Amino acid sequence: MAKIIIFTEQNQYFYVYIFIALLKLKNMKEISLVELENRFQEKVDAEVRIEPNDWMPEEYRRTLIRQISQHAHSEVVGMLPEGNWITRAPNLRRKAVLLAKVQDEAGHGLYLYSAVETLGADRESTIDDLHSGKAKYSSIFNYPTPTWADMGAIGWLVDGAAIMNQVPLCRCSYGPYARAMVRVCKEESFHQRQGFEIITVLAQGTPEQKAMAQDALNRFWWPALMMFGPNDDESKHSKQSMKWKIKRLSNDDLRQQFVDVTVPQAELIGLTIPDPDLKWNKETGHYEFGAINWDEFWQVVEGNGPCNHDRIKARREAKENGMWVREAALAHAEKRAARKTA
Amino acid sequence: MANAKEWPLWEVFIRSKQGLNHKHVGSLRAPDAQLAIENARDVYTRRSEGISIWVVESNNLYASDPQDSDAFFEPSESKVYRHPTFYDVPDGISHM
Amino acid sequence: MNSLFEYILRIGDDSLILGQRLAEWCGHGPILEEDIAITNISLDLIGQATNFLTYAAEVENAGRDADKLAFLRIDREYKNVVLVEQPNGDFGDTMVRQFLFDAFRKIYFERLQHSKDEQLAAIAEKSLKETRYHLKHSSEWVIRLGDGTEESHNRVQNSLNVLWRYRTELFYMDQVDEELIKQGIAVDLYSFRTEYDSFVNSILDEATLVPPANNWEFGGGRIGKHSEHLGHLLAEMQYMQRAYPNMEW
Repeated sequence: MAKIIIFTEQNQYFYVYIFIALLKLKNMKEISLVELENRFQEKVDAEVRIEPNDWMPEEYRRTLIRQISQHAHSEVVGMLPEGNWITRAPNLRRKAVLLAKVQDEAGHGLYLYSAVETLGADRESTIDDLHSGKAKYSSIFNYPTPTWADMGAIGWLVDGAAIMNQVPLCRCSYGPYARAMVRVCKEESFHQRQGFEIITVLAQGTPEQKAMAQDALNRFWWPALMMFGPNDDESKHSKQSMKWKIKRLSNDDLRQQFVDVTVPQAELIGLTIPDPDLKWNKETGHYEFGAINWDEFWQVVEGNGPCNHDRIKARREAKENGMWVREAALAHAEKRAARKTA
Repeated sequence: MANAKEWPLWEVFIRSKQGLNHKHVGSLRAPDAQLAIENARDVYTRRSEGISIWVVESNNLYASDPQDSDAFFEPSESKVYRHPTFYDVPDGISHM
Repeated sequence: MNSLFEYILRIGDDSLILGQRLAEWCGHGPILEEDIAITNISLDLIGQATNFLTYAAEVENAGRDADKLAFLRIDREYKNVVLVEQPNGDFGDTMVRQFLFDAFRKIYFERLQHSKDEQLAAIAEKSLKETRYHLKHSSEWVIRLGDGTEESHNRVQNSLNVLWRYRTELFYMDQVDEELIKQGIAVDLYSFRTEYDSFVNSILDEATLVPPANNWEFGGGRIGKHSEHLGHLLAEMQYMQRAYPNMEW
């Protein structure tokens, strides 16, 4: 607000004029903001993609940065529980396929970090947030993979759940995220199939193998259900995210879909879902299932799961132990550039 | 730790074997063009043959994206993304 | 002793053991892009190992297959050079080990693709394409690290000092080679030793690295005499097949 007071006869009018002008400018700014938000929402409603240089509400940008970077972190942290078995895969084919799968996950992480950079976020900053515990990642990767059968369970259940979440995101409002999801989904279906194949061979193998498979299912079933997040009425961000088409289906809907699809798969290969309350409901056409242990969910999300510490430690050490490599590469590039111009 | 000199960001464009044009497929971090292309091959093509790869440092890519012609507060020709590392900040400044 | 079988084991085991070592990097690489690059190379090597060991099993004709050869031999029966069983160490150690190996394999496969044994020639031709890429990657890294920062230079000079002695085993030849060279199947390794040395030295030059003065050679892997490292590597790799014998996966 202008503090210049010019003492003239028309002083007060001049001052008033400036006041009104400034007020008009302020209103203009507000109207513009509202107008921008309206136009933005219209685009979203009309399924027009939002691209990096388009105007977007700050909260939209912030939400996307959080969601996409969390997704990227999940892919990268997710390399660890499976990477755990590459050197011990039971045959050459399984070793190669597992290597390829984990490599894909690294690639997915990259596609997603790439998308988050388009929003003005810095990849390394989001990664440092992961390492410091500030940023979250999918809680499922905080569970251990003590047996080979877990490679099957992860492909089948975890990738299965991820696909369910990701397919709708191919239509999300933000262009780079949607396109990254299309690429991810293409590669993801191979992941689930190979996981299911692993566990099928076990379930139909020797008694020891069958026991291994059932044990993996027992340990991963409930954490897989928790992947879909809290119940919708507990989920803070859901409503706005749905409005902005960053989230296309509700947590509970997706979870129900997953159960309905997966139970018959387990039955097909002779494994038992570890839920005594699981029951087919003829009227609704869906499976009823037991209560999720939300205490466990929140504990794991908050960092107290079985592997949180180890996972973050591994990722942090990879970066720390590799800093000298990154620095060397930069130094060398600079030297080369200097020699060129010399 | 983030701004302790990061590998620059590169945009990747791929023309597939049967393709007519290079398409933008994403970005990656690399210290130089050589590694950018090699990594692009690993990440975006899984080393398929007969594929052409272009990489451009994101800093050198300019975009005009006039979707919102009434966007009062955006410059009409800008960088590809409003990226913090595109803007040089003098060394003494922290929290930026 | 079936010379051809022995010969193929040597090549196949090199790929298998090195592929296994590189797989250990998965999720722990210095930067995500490099994690993908290393895993790619590991995947190529495991693929090569599968091809060579499948053929070896065929040649042996004793009812074994690639998996039985890969997972059920004892350490004395593996014929890889000791270079490839050395631990990963840091990224510099891994790249120096890779470079010394790739520089050999590129020239080796260039020659082996002309082998009178069609199957070997075919696998060599396919592997050569991959090896060219591996060599480009590892030699560029040796240069970047050698001619990078003071820290990287010191680290990788140290890697070179430690691993240099193992490279000569790559050129190990005995009666197995002699017999097969006569048949036009195997490659005369001595014939390209100079080319290898000259190429390696040119890269080290560009990397501002100096080969260590001590030239004492070290080997034994080709005849099953391994370093302590192989035992641990095999214990890990073979675990499932040993703990759960005779099962399908």
